[in-house]
Amino acid sequence: MSDVTAAERELLRAHARAERGRRRNAFLLVAPLFVFLIFTFLVPIGDMLRRSFIDSDVASVWPNVVKVNRAWSGEGEAPAALWPALAADIRASAAADNVAVAARRLNYAVDGGRTLVMKTARRLARTESAPNDDWRAVFLDADEAWGRPATLEALRRASGPVTDFFLLAALDLRKDEHGSVIAVPERDAIYRTVLWRTFSVAGMVTLFTLLLGYPYAYLMTRASKPVEAAMTIFVLLPFWTSLLVRTAAWIVLLQENGVVNSMLVWLGVLDTPMRLIFNRVGVVVAMTHVLLPFMVLPLAAVMKGIRPETVRAARSLGATPFTAFRRIYFPQSLPGVAGGALLVFISAIGYYITPALVGGADDQMLSWFIAFFVNDTINWGLAAALGVVLLVCTTVLSIVYAKIVAGRQAG
Amino acid sequence: MSHNSMPLTTSERLSGRLLAAVAVATAIFLVAPILAIVPLAFSDGEFLVYPIRGYSLKWMEAFFSSEKWAMAVKNSFFIGSLSAALATVLGTMAAIGLSRTDFLGKNVLTGFVLSPLVVPIVIYAVGLYFFFAPLGLTQSYTGIVLAHAALGAPFVVVTVSASLSGFDHNLMRAAASLGASPLLAFRRVMLPLVLPGVVTGALFAFAASFDEVVTVLFLAAPEQRTIPREMFSGLRESLSPIIAAASAVMIVIAVLLLAAVELLKRRAQRMRATA
Repeated sequence: MSDVTAAERELLRAHARAERGRRRNAFLLVAPLFVFLIFTFLVPIGDMLRRSFIDSDVASVWPNVVKVNRAWSGEGEAPAALWPALAADIRASAAADNVAVAARRLNYAVDGGRTLVMKTARRLARTESAPNDDWRAVFLDADEAWGRPATLEALRRASGPVTDFFLLAALDLRKDEHGSVIAVPERDAIYRTVLWRTFSVAGMVTLFTLLLGYPYAYLMTRASKPVEAAMTIFVLLPFWTSLLVRTAAWIVLLQENGVVNSMLVWLGVLDTPMRLIFNRVGVVVAMTHVLLPFMVLPLAAVMKGIRPETVRAARSLGATPFTAFRRIYFPQSLPGVAGGALLVFISAIGYYITPALVGGADDQMLSWFIAFFVNDTINWGLAAALGVVLLVCTTVLSIVYAKIVAGRQAG
Repeated sequence: MSHNSMPLTTSERLSGRLLAAVAVATAIFLVAPILAIVPLAFSDGEFLVYPIRGYSLKWMEAFFSSEKWAMAVKNSFFIGSLSAALATVLGTMAAIGLSRTDFLGKNVLTGFVLSPLVVPIVIYAVGLYFFFAPLGLTQSYTGIVLAHAALGAPFVVVTVSASLSGFDHNLMRAAASLGASPLLAFRRVMLPLVLPGVVTGALFAFAASFDEVVTVLFLAAPEQRTIPREMFSGLRESLSPIIAAASAVMIVIAVLLLAAVELLKRRAQRMRATA
């Protein structure tokens, strides 16, 4: 390297400078979208998911109770200071008209918690002072539930600042008085059923899109140019048509006096119209229709790259058509199957609108419960916890999908 | 399989026919529902049912003369164009940046800018609802436009990246060495080549906004309701043929978008072939 002259070194330095400049420019070009998505996408989602473990309802209205409870380990009797603190806080929050916030939070963890707090608040409004400053006696007199360790333990755990209550509840689990994780009673367990339902609907939809999409994509990539163009349009038209339009179309077709029922009766398949909508059948049929393009397009992309000579070679070596397909063609199409199936499955587990419109009460999936807990019962912690469950599933599957697609491009 | 010179056996012919039958059934399954709703827009009945006893334009007239639906059409186009414009500017810049050079964390960054495509929409809508409320952005056009721009930008990144694959960045260096400013070099050298990708991305972003209903459910005040939002209410409350009229309008727009994107695709293919 002794031949490197000063001029050459200068050139190398200039090159390195230019490279750094290009890199900086690349960053500057990506930065606006990056910053935009941080504020309109990442932070809002993070802020929502934070509610799954931040427990601030009780802390926001009962500051004194929270101070006592955060100093108490939960061992032994509740500290004596809890009772005057609770009395003062309930009075103050009743006066400020926000006692319901704490009552609602306690109700998540204790049966009848809301009634207990509201009743006690009314009682305290009539009680100026406690005899001998024994506020515990006043509480016990208001409702004996205050004497149960479970009530006080629930209040202690609801005192924040963080909680595992919602995340456990989203999986039908809770902590008992000793702090060990146990399953909730059978009659209260719903979210594991909902999770299973979400996966099974998504699984069925994935299976049906594959059963219909595979032969379709196969013929599409092997057809003459005009037929291929027509088959592509048939896939792209639904792809571009609004989800609401397609859902409306299925309601029209599947309703009791709809086209499908009339046809089945006319063909003699059915004697009387069958219920095809506002149940699982309607959800799976409509979702299969909506998601079929997401199966066909990745499948066709992979199948286009399979050289027909490979199958012909197998045939000329004596393989039956079925063997040639099974041993030669199908393995080559597997990346398309995996890509399409994951894409459909990932989309399906997050579905909300279609099941909400064509499903019954027993067909609603995770997304519906998230919206329900935000809009109707205002249990934001549980909504966020269910969101965490859904987002974890989606993220894991998306990473698998990205690896498959990257592997295909590299290979 | 006609390209095979070997004679076909009976079972081969049979499985070939079975395959064709499945494909034809699938094609009908894909398109028939969409076509089936259109005639109902021209029914003179009161319900969304077949058979149609008589035809009339009354539901189309009802759709176009209704203040509620006129507002929805206006809102859909307004929100769609603004959010698509924002998504296109941000997405195009990001795609160019991501194509330029390799840098640390490029894959993670790409994954992040594409993540709005896969995150369940309810989670996003609820997050925005909480986050926008204290900022005064719920029940506002701004909030919905921002939300839809975030959902549309990944489409632009994907389409522009595709049209940039194979772009020789030395062309930009050559332009710079001839004295062109970066902006001029972009306009005269890169933009003509990526324009089909940019326009396709813009159309995708517009369609994504035009079809989106969940964030609108959470963020829109009554005066910001879009066509899909009104259809959502309509399907829950009363199944009137006005839904079919709205559907017919939406299908016409879908066909126009589809045709535009396919034409752009052909143009890009031709350009690639001559380049």
